[in-house]
Amino acid sequence: MFDTTIKNRGAMTGRFKKTGLLAVAFAAAIGLGQALAGPADAAEGTFKIGMTAFLSGPAADAFGVPSMNGGKLMVDALNKGEVPGPYKGSVGIGGMKIEIVPVDEAGGAQVQIQRFRDLVQREKVDAVVGYDGSGNCLAVAPVAEELKALAIFSGCGTPRIFEEASYEYVFRAGAHSTMDNVALAHYVARKLPDAKTVAGFNQNYSWGQDSWRDFKLALDTFKPGMKVVDELFPEKGAGQYGAQISVLMRKKPDVVHSSLWGGDLEAFLLQAGPRGLFKKTNVVFAMAEHVLPRLAEKVPEGLMTGGRGAVGALHPDTPLANWFYKAYEERYGIPAVQAPFRFVQTILGLKTAVEKAMAANGGKKPTTEETAKAFEYATFEAPTGMIKMAIGGGHQAIQDNAIGISKWNAEKKRVELVDVEYFKAECINPPDGMKAVEWIEKGFPGAKCD
Amino acid sequence: MIHAVTSSPPLAALVCAAALMAVGLMLPDWVLFTASLALAKGLVVLGLVLLLRMGAVSFGQGMYYCLGAYICGLVGNATGVQDALFLVILSGLGCCALGAVLGVFLSAYRGVFFAMFNLALSMILYGALLKATSVGGSDGIGIAPPSYFGLSPSDEYRSILFYAFVVVIAAGVGLATRIYMRSELGLAALAVRDNEIRLEYLGLSVRRVIVFNYAIAAGLAGLGGGLVALVSGHIIPEFAYWTTSGEFVFMTVLSGPSSIVAAFGATALFETVRLVAGQYLPNAWQLMLGAFLLLSILFLPNGIGALAAGRRRTRAPDAKEDAR
Repeated sequence: MFDTTIKNRGAMTGRFKKTGLLAVAFAAAIGLGQALAGPADAAEGTFKIGMTAFLSGPAADAFGVPSMNGGKLMVDALNKGEVPGPYKGSVGIGGMKIEIVPVDEAGGAQVQIQRFRDLVQREKVDAVVGYDGSGNCLAVAPVAEELKALAIFSGCGTPRIFEEASYEYVFRAGAHSTMDNVALAHYVARKLPDAKTVAGFNQNYSWGQDSWRDFKLALDTFKPGMKVVDELFPEKGAGQYGAQISVLMRKKPDVVHSSLWGGDLEAFLLQAGPRGLFKKTNVVFAMAEHVLPRLAEKVPEGLMTGGRGAVGALHPDTPLANWFYKAYEERYGIPAVQAPFRFVQTILGLKTAVEKAMAANGGKKPTTEETAKAFEYATFEAPTGMIKMAIGGGHQAIQDNAIGISKWNAEKKRVELVDVEYFKAECINPPDGMKAVEWIEKGFPGAKCD
Repeated sequence: MIHAVTSSPPLAALVCAAALMAVGLMLPDWVLFTASLALAKGLVVLGLVLLLRMGAVSFGQGMYYCLGAYICGLVGNATGVQDALFLVILSGLGCCALGAVLGVFLSAYRGVFFAMFNLALSMILYGALLKATSVGGSDGIGIAPPSYFGLSPSDEYRSILFYAFVVVIAAGVGLATRIYMRSELGLAALAVRDNEIRLEYLGLSVRRVIVFNYAIAAGLAGLGGGLVALVSGHIIPEFAYWTTSGEFVFMTVLSGPSSIVAAFGATALFETVRLVAGQYLPNAWQLMLGAFLLLSILFLPNGIGALAAGRRRTRAPDAKEDAR
């Protein structure tokens, strides 16, 4: 039916055609059969979590895989009751063993909506944690609300999620990107008092655009009169920065701001280093911390960088943080950088909320509504320090941040960050109910920085 | 009975729509989303099938798909009108109009030049949207859930109602396309591929035929984009990125140029394979998808549409070579 046949010109023999038909039908049958069957509901006494992170694509190496690794480490340790600090002796989530369903975040926002629905409606998970892409978070949030399912975001930087809408079931257990650049601007203003000119070198997409806007605005308050000499926006994934490096070498701004990450960042460091850019100007990074262990001695000396929180080697000196940092390196053979630190915040936040809800309802497994209610304005300890769900109506976390300067330690064969300054969460994050950009533009009203 | 259905397109469309609705009522919610998505994207593929009949392939159909999604989202957000039918018709018409204008220029090109010019145009739209921070930049913007003739369904009925809406639109558009394909102008498109000079001798303008088909294909892509915008509730510039267009081209190859049902079938198959591969192989789903693409190109170079057509020919060897 419905056909307008044209002559079959392919020289396909009948046998081939049959095989082809069989192959496709077979694939479809397996798919449909498995899909419709679906797994059984989570057993009583387990807590099922969908864990989403980039397992493929450009963000996999930098964030996704380390996130998933950190998440698995934390879940295993929680199930065995081995996590120290405030969680000492506490098993799983409220005594329930944690079961995870790993999901790849690659594929675009639409695929993520599809997979989120799949996790909630077919896998029947109790909560979904993760997500690094801002676009994915913005796309998934309304779906979580529609399905009345808990979604706890880890990485996505944009402050828009809780500024443009309010949700009941959506949380972000890590700070948004505003604090990265506000803290960096604080640090630059203190360490480079004589700087007069600044340029931006950021990727041409929301993350790069927003980071540069926040940094520029913040610097304008801390160091009025700084002149912006250029705003460079190479394409995401460009990989070749010869032209931009030439521009920066020629204009010689005192400060260059960059929010590059992953492969792009590594390429830039490796290309700009030999040309001497880092000797001519101070390139300051919002989040370069995550490439330091990988690039090791190839990291130029004296880079100012943060890591979106007190993460990796910048972690606070608490039993929980020390344990996590050490356990991660023992299990995976490379030091934990920012992504796993951020990612486990979602799990520990969830654990805190569920246990708080259980304390209120007499120890039963709480409903999603009860957990969501308990999560609002909660405070919990993570390897990055105290996380406070303080803004966005109690759905958006704030946390401390740290900025340091890179220095190669030949003895330990590690890049260390020295001259580290810690910034309190309340100093670098907007107060509840105020939009991040508005807060920076107004000169940081309500910031507590002592 | 079967003969009656296959020989009457309106009846066939009605039967298809009824069958899809019946299946939809039985499907679990999470499949409904994918099913709606597949039907909506099937419209884009249908547009590409129209181009393929002329021997043309566009590597930039994502442009109209994206534009349709943004027309739907921006008009909806700006005016507060959430009526699904109004918004998607607007998306379709807007893209059709742009397609008619661009088609005038693009109809001068054939083959790889035609494909690449389309790709270039779509990447221009992508680049512009990346910079357009007022509409969300690369993070995109959200869209409020649609209403239907003043009726706003509650959360639990949203999926099934939208599915019904897409089924009706897909059946309607499928029927219209089928009637068009068999019309004089529709058949002329096949002649464009085979022999342009002959077509001119027949007194038809090749250029006009190309522009007409291109505009319809653009309109269908816009319609599909509008529907996808409504069902996913979030639109991003990636809709215009070349990988999106590439996906559509693949679905079109999988479908083949011969059947309308195959266009939707190919989309559904592609989406299903992607979903299932993601469920069971979170670390290697692209590998699965790639293997599937490879297998289907190896064994089904003429698409799944050719399967049905081939079967019919063997069943009725004396049936005339139709549609030519």
